[in-house]
Amino acid sequence: MKSRALRHVALRRAVLSRPQAVPFALRSASSLSQRPNSDFVSFPGALKSAFTTTLKFEAPESYPALPTYRVVDQHGAVVDESFKPDISDEEVIRLYKDMVFISIMDLIMFDAQRQGRLSFYMVSAGEEAVSIGSSSVLDREDVMFCQYREQGVFKERGWTAKEFMGQLFANKRDPGRGRSMPVHYGSKELNIHSISSPLATQLPQASGAAYALKMQRLQDPNVKPRVVAAFFGEGAASEGDFHAALNIAATRSCPVIFICRNNGYAISTPTLDQYRGDGIASRGIGYGIDTIRIDGNDIWAVREATKKAREMALQDGGKPVLIEAMTYRVSHHSTSDDSFAYRARVEVEDWKRRDNPITRLRKWMEAKGIWDETKEKEARDSLRKEILKAFSEAEREKKPPIRAMFEDVYEELTEDLKAQMAELKEMLDKYPEEYDVAEYEGGKDSLKP
Amino acid sequence: MASISRASRSKMGFHHVRRFASQATKPRRLNVPIDFAKTPLLHHSRETLSQTPGLPTDGPSTRKNLFQSVNDALRTALGASNKVLCFGEDVAFGGVFRCTTGLQNDFGPHRVFNTPITEQGIVGAAIGAAAEGMKPVVEIQFADYVFPAFDQIVNEAAKFRYREGKTGGNVGGLVIRMPCGGVGHGALYHTQSPESLFGHVPGFRVVVPRSPSQAKGLLLSAILESQDPVIFMEPKILYRAAVEEVPDESYTLPISKAEVIRPGNDITIISYGRPLYTCMAAIEAAERDRPGLSVELIDLRTIFPWDRQTILDSVAKTGRALVVHESMVNFGVGSEIAATIQEHNLLKMKAPVKRVAGWTTHTGLAYEKYIFPDVARVYDAILESKDY
Repeated sequence: MKSRALRHVALRRAVLSRPQAVPFALRSASSLSQRPNSDFVSFPGALKSAFTTTLKFEAPESYPALPTYRVVDQHGAVVDESFKPDISDEEVIRLYKDMVFISIMDLIMFDAQRQGRLSFYMVSAGEEAVSIGSSSVLDREDVMFCQYREQGVFKERGWTAKEFMGQLFANKRDPGRGRSMPVHYGSKELNIHSISSPLATQLPQASGAAYALKMQRLQDPNVKPRVVAAFFGEGAASEGDFHAALNIAATRSCPVIFICRNNGYAISTPTLDQYRGDGIASRGIGYGIDTIRIDGNDIWAVREATKKAREMALQDGGKPVLIEAMTYRVSHHSTSDDSFAYRARVEVEDWKRRDNPITRLRKWMEAKGIWDETKEKEARDSLRKEILKAFSEAEREKKPPIRAMFEDVYEELTEDLKAQMAELKEMLDKYPEEYDVAEYEGGKDSLKP
Repeated sequence: MASISRASRSKMGFHHVRRFASQATKPRRLNVPIDFAKTPLLHHSRETLSQTPGLPTDGPSTRKNLFQSVNDALRTALGASNKVLCFGEDVAFGGVFRCTTGLQNDFGPHRVFNTPITEQGIVGAAIGAAAEGMKPVVEIQFADYVFPAFDQIVNEAAKFRYREGKTGGNVGGLVIRMPCGGVGHGALYHTQSPESLFGHVPGFRVVVPRSPSQAKGLLLSAILESQDPVIFMEPKILYRAAVEEVPDESYTLPISKAEVIRPGNDITIISYGRPLYTCMAAIEAAERDRPGLSVELIDLRTIFPWDRQTILDSVAKTGRALVVHESMVNFGVGSEIAATIQEHNLLKMKAPVKRVAGWTTHTGLAYEKYIFPDVARVYDAILESKDY
């Protein structure tokens, strides 16, 4: 009785203070009363479904594969006649150099790992256009969630060789304080959340982050309109979190762009073992999400699609968009993988020769007369020098203080953590020859309370 | 499930003892239902509010049950900060346990809303929203269904601040609420108390309130003050059963701080949530039967990181300890507390630390009353410890 009375009061108060401006985004079924012989039924689960008297199952094969949008073909020739570059030649050259930077850094770091100077590395060869092209048309304040093969986003947003190397060597310059494996970059200045290894977990987070941005603008119209972009591979799209993310983004109308890098492989698993539908793009439609498939080796197609997607994501108070960028993983999955154990070397060589985002843009630039062999050599030499310099500096840099291993678990050190820190300090004092504390900033002194 | 908890409330009124003509009618002494209208653990009048440290005593108060006080806390938080969002399955109409009643009407469908049925999605979206500065208070309909979100909780939310490091990124505004614990007939999937699983994961604060006034203060603290993500487990059997005076004003109670509910000298009982009522009844019976016996009762309140000092100080004084909880005894909260006590108080102990907890089984429907610690088991443990 008590509870019912209270609920009554709450309801009455609700009526009095019903918010005035907030539009109700609730969907309700149409009226149950239908004309006799109506063509449509009002089942709440599918409002616009017409009756049919034909028993027919929809077969995936009866639908053509979604087309792949491209602007420039593999010879660097423009195939979309309506296309006009929207940036200056200098800007194009900058993006080109960003792609080359990433590809050179990949080669150097892959070898460094092979020499045992780095614990782990993942290259993004063949996929530079997806990250750099999309990043280049997003606002710097748009929030990013990455999977791990998006070095290009960090480069395009302004990370230097020094910053990459700080994370890769887990030294004291690493914003992540030496806690994550190499390639798990993160930057507050660039508005990119730190990368974590579990696949697809970033996708529902991106939906929630996009909802937060939408709410902040709803509560204060002076707040700048922003979107969230989330990258993932076609393998990660098999995770439950992909499903959760797209469904929540659609039902809550979140301004988020999901960018799938479909590069044909998830470690050793070819897409044939990953899914049987028409790639990832065909799923977007099922969630009620505007979707496009693009040629991921064509930076212009990536730019045009992402630019338009951003515009759409901010329409009507916000909505999600899905982009599936088709590419090929030219490299091994990681330094812990030898991909020739599961695919033919000739297939890889074929892709390298036939189509590559860097050579494609280079051909376009050469055709336009803004790039040539001399400039290419100069650019490659200077980028290589910059990376090697940062590499050797980073290798010599100290690691973060040992204390950092206990910090940031909670906002403040808990009693447990303080006690454990003291316990570790005692061990280091007692067995100094068993530990190499000199490579850490401040040695064991950082463990003092 | 609202109907289940309503049913359990109606059962509360009866002593479930079947009597047959051929049997002697020997009334039960220990395992009788808790009389929530009389238990000293609840503030039946305003006068006792001052006995609980941290509760405001000056302003007005209202009799509320646990779901009403959770609702009060959510309403207070939504009113205090426009960063607070409430979402989960079926929260829009008020929630299956009525905890979010009226909130969508009052704060709009953008701040209080339903999500699709996806626990990993709910927690994942909450992490993203918190990372962008909001304070999402999300609901997992039953603690039994938190496991699909385990990856997001363990690998993502718990490690978020740690891996972000100097970027300062964190999910401090995140609170995950979930009804937990036995309800008499919840069987395998409407009964579980997974707090010890969360206790094995650094990064979260795990809170279990025992009463309406405590729930309000702890929940407001979790939402408005905690810079760490919080898992807030609400014993669902108390949603309607526990009714007490709850101060109307906004107040907070400290997280990671235990409360000595009842001082004593001979034995320390450490528990949290619903079993505290069982412990209280057992203590009253034991002290009645053993004149001079004096038992100290401590409400842990926060399971992790827990208040070691309060427990160790108490056990150093009494030399005997029992830990009581519903969830399975093995690797349960009691194991951690017992290990800590022997590590720090070994020479002060007069008896082994005893764990009175759920058996190492699942909560089969017909056997629930045998699985959870009841008054008789706690009573027996008190005497065994004393007589050791």
